[in-house]
Amino acid sequence: MKELLEILNDLHPDVDYETEEHLVDNMILDSMDIVSLISEISETFDVTITAKDIVPDNFNSAKALFALIQRLEDED
Amino acid sequence: MLFTSYAFLGFLLVLIPAYYLIPKRWQWPLLLAASYLFYAAAGIKFLAYILVTTVTVYAAACLMEDNLLRQKAYVKARKEELSREEKKAYQDSQKRIRLRWLTACLLLNLGILAVVKYANFVISNINGVLSAFSGAGRLSFMTLALPMGISFYTFQAIGYLVDVYRGTVPAERNLLKFGLFISFFPQLVQGPISRFGDLSRTLCEPHTWDGRRVSFGLQRMLWGYFKKMVIADRVLAGVSTIVGSPETYGGAYALVGMLLYTLELYADFTGGIDITIGVSEALGVVVQENFHRPYFSKSLKEYWRRWHISMCNWFRDYIFYPVSTSKPMQKLSKFTRRRFGERAGKRVPVYLSTFTVWLATGVWHGASWNFIVWGLANWVVLMASEELEPLYGKFHGRFRVEGKLWYKIFQVGRTFLLVCCLNLFDCYSSLADTFSVFASIFTTGNWYVLWDGSLLGLGLSMLDYGILAVGTLAMLSVSLVQRSGGIRERIAKRPYAVRFMVWYGLFLVILLAGAYGVGYDASQFIYNQF
Repeated sequence: MKELLEILNDLHPDVDYETEEHLVDNMILDSMDIVSLISEISETFDVTITAKDIVPDNFNSAKALFALIQRLEDED
Repeated sequence: MLFTSYAFLGFLLVLIPAYYLIPKRWQWPLLLAASYLFYAAAGIKFLAYILVTTVTVYAAACLMEDNLLRQKAYVKARKEELSREEKKAYQDSQKRIRLRWLTACLLLNLGILAVVKYANFVISNINGVLSAFSGAGRLSFMTLALPMGISFYTFQAIGYLVDVYRGTVPAERNLLKFGLFISFFPQLVQGPISRFGDLSRTLCEPHTWDGRRVSFGLQRMLWGYFKKMVIADRVLAGVSTIVGSPETYGGAYALVGMLLYTLELYADFTGGIDITIGVSEALGVVVQENFHRPYFSKSLKEYWRRWHISMCNWFRDYIFYPVSTSKPMQKLSKFTRRRFGERAGKRVPVYLSTFTVWLATGVWHGASWNFIVWGLANWVVLMASEELEPLYGKFHGRFRVEGKLWYKIFQVGRTFLLVCCLNLFDCYSSLADTFSVFASIFTTGNWYVLWDGSLLGLGLSMLDYGILAVGTLAMLSVSLVQRSGGIRERIAKRPYAVRFMVWYGLFLVILLAGAYGVGYDASQFIYNQF
């Protein structure tokens, strides 16, 4: 989780990722941010996030994103 | 059957009462029959195109879902026997079968779209190359008419097909209900490009008469007719004059043409969507909004989140994300990261994917180099803005302007002018004309035409300009009011006399100031040609 928070903070340092639960719904993360994020996550965690996984529920909070990464790690 | 034709109003006058009078189980079949009748009115031969798309996409989606269900049943039945590797190998083999169905269906339907929409563009370019090299070997053009709304219904069908492949929506097992999803008449002309998961919620459900909902739908339609007939169709005369003779109307005229075209495009497209959503609302069907006050955007990026939302979301979900998360793109990103550093590695997938999206967006808008360059110009501006973001951040921090009203107005004005400039590619038929006209704004110096009466020679009288100014102010006021809630809900709370004055007044304005009458040929919606 620490590594993920570092990636997210690098993208938007002004956001409190511990509490924010509407990153996509509130347009804090846009499509370009999401693609940068996916590239970073795949490099750091060695998981493959596909277009099918890109739904607001998976990207609305750091917690949801971390759950997605864990799920993908388990699948691998 | 144009939305602005008497035939369409007659069609609705029969359809809406019949829809609520017949037994509810017959409502959606009536909508299907009405939709095919509406489509056949544009040319009965075009029905073949939409039927091919309907049947092929329906069949492919059912086959993919059947395959997935069989796969799940097989794995469940052999849970104990199969090792993890065997299970994965079996699932991968089944996924490949589904991918083959998806690919075949995509190729067929995109192939139809490509042939009817782009064949002559490709032929003309081949001819250009051939004549440049040999002066001979001319290919003859095809004589295929473009079926109404083909880009919209093809994209809607493809979105559904990909969603079924991804497993995010179930396949529709009723061919006729699926046929209605593809052909629902209010959105056939110019979208929005609806998602199956959204539209199907209310499309085939039984609907009880609800006076408030029907009157809200009619009010939305009335507002759409106001935009289309009082503003868009009026301004068309001036735009046609200026754009029709780029060599005559350069400089200040071109600036006026650019602003008038932006007004026309907004009134035409948002007006058409208002009619679409209003008709659907009157029938109890919820169609997603396609605009969110786009000209209040503070950047081009924000503008593309607010303008033609359904198309932008389609390109994002079905091109941008798949391309940027594809294996080759991820490999390229890793390679760039190792070779050129982290910063470049992060940017490569974003830049290449957005390039693909804007190229596709340009091509989707029309078979011409103007649209392709328009798409790529948007890409250049968006990427330049991305790169300049840190600089903007420093500027905002240094001068503390962010959040101040005057600075917001400046940002909105800047974005509006940028969009107007990009719209020039849409106005003119060739790149040479577009660039020379744009340059003429800065070089001609004929600013006197703005006040010496020359603008009255463009096919617009003083009364027309007055109506356009008042109409534009009305649209702006409605947009401002909408920021704090729905305007129809507010009006509905007013006394009966006030409501009557507002809606009857709007109706009278359309009757008196609408661009129609004996001999008037109601113009087609701009987006209908896409």
